[in-house]
Amino acid sequence: MSRPIIATTSLAGCFGCHMSFLDIDERILDLIELVEFNKSPIDDIKTFTKDCDIGLIEGGCCNTENIHILKEFRKKCKILISFGECAIMGGLPALRNDISVKECLAEAYLDGISTVNKEEILPNDEELPMILNKVYPCHEVVKMDYHLPGCPPRADLIWDVLHALILGTDVELPYEVVKYD
Amino acid sequence: MNNKVNFTIDDKECTSTSDKYIVEAARENGVYIPTLCNYDGVKPAGSCRVCTVKVNKRYLTACTTPIAEGMEIEVNTTDLQDFRNAVVELLFTEGNHFCPACEKSGNCELQALAYKFQIMAPRFPFQFNERYIDASNPKIYHDHNRCILCKRCIRVVKDDKGKSVFAFENRARQIRINFDSKLGEVLTDELAEKAMEVCPVGSILVKGKGFKDPIGTRKFDHTPIDKIVIPEKQNI
Ligand code: SF4
Ligand code: SF4
Ligand code: FES
Repeated sequence: MSRPIIATTSLAGCFGCHMSFLDIDERILDLIELVEFNKSPIDDIKTFTKDCDIGLIEGGCCNTENIHILKEFRKKCKILISFGECAIMGGLPALRNDISVKECLAEAYLDGISTVNKEEILPNDEELPMILNKVYPCHEVVKMDYHLPGCPPRADLIWDVLHALILGTDVELPYEVVKYD
Repeated sequence: MNNKVNFTIDDKECTSTSDKYIVEAARENGVYIPTLCNYDGVKPAGSCRVCTVKVNKRYLTACTTPIAEGMEIEVNTTDLQDFRNAVVELLFTEGNHFCPACEKSGNCELQALAYKFQIMAPRFPFQFNERYIDASNPKIYHDHNRCILCKRCIRVVKDDKGKSVFAFENRARQIRINFDSKLGEVLTDELAEKAMEVCPVGSILVKGKGFKDPIGTRKFDHTPIDKIVIPEKQNI
């Protein structure tokens, strides 16, 4: 049997979840025996080259590019996992969710104390993704199969769940690994 | 007179006395019933519904229902567990709970219930309702994003004449907790500390006291809430 293929990405996240993934320490050697990586910052493959079994999503959706990538992951991956608070509920980026986009942009580009922007230009290059009206949890955009909470999720949680998914075994999670901070 | 009463919890024979509420009687018998708004020593409010059980096939809140002879109580059935999860998930989606940035994280009873139930993500859509933080009081912050309207502060935090420092204002979806402006101004350090302690979540915070306990030493870091409520005995 060929090895399961994993893809990962960071949307509106801080890469903390990916750092926590690396925190599985020497178990990463077991992991690379068990799986193959495709699109992921871990191996720097930028575009999907094949269909994958498991997709790990860090971060929620704060702009149109995030939505695009998330939908692509949904198409390419059999199992899609939100890992981390930002993917699950928006996280810190979602602190702007009760503030209008207009106000956010004004604070960042026009009215901020340290802002110098005499022409009062807001970012409008068509290369730039559009900012969304609010930050969306991944499961409010596409169907997500599993959620691994934590900021970041504990390395043991990521390992336990991935290991069980890869080997198709049941998993009983210890109290200590399911945390929201 | 407090009569001895016999009842069953999930088919287990139990005994207690008639002056107890179901939550207390269950605890005496080593059975943990999750609670959130309830606070030992004050009149129950029955506002959160987390303690919902079935008594003789009917849904009732265990914190407000006195125990009685012959009751057949269901606590840990699949549908009741799912019901409790749903209540906790509703609270997480109705308020704005950014646990990673919350002063109460690790010591929060709402979060502790979610940990105990191992809720990975709420089934309801997040509301991101607009709430505000009231920092006007010299001693405490009031973060309305996290308030679950449990009324603990109203019921417990009182001045020496027995007047509540906190009260509800408005109604229905606009309802929120506010201070009595006069009593709030003269809040003593002890009452401020007490308010922070009774608030099950991170809604009432004493200024300068956030993030006191390092991660790993907080109340619910290693011990689930049921093991704190019933330390020695095994849970069912
Ligand atoms: S009050 Fe509790 S549940 Fe809400 S953000 Fe703080 S720790 Fe999380
Ligand atoms: S401020 Fe705290 S104690 Fe008061 S009602 Fe809100 S959650 Fe309950
Ligand atoms: S604990 Fe019984 S209703 Fe809240």
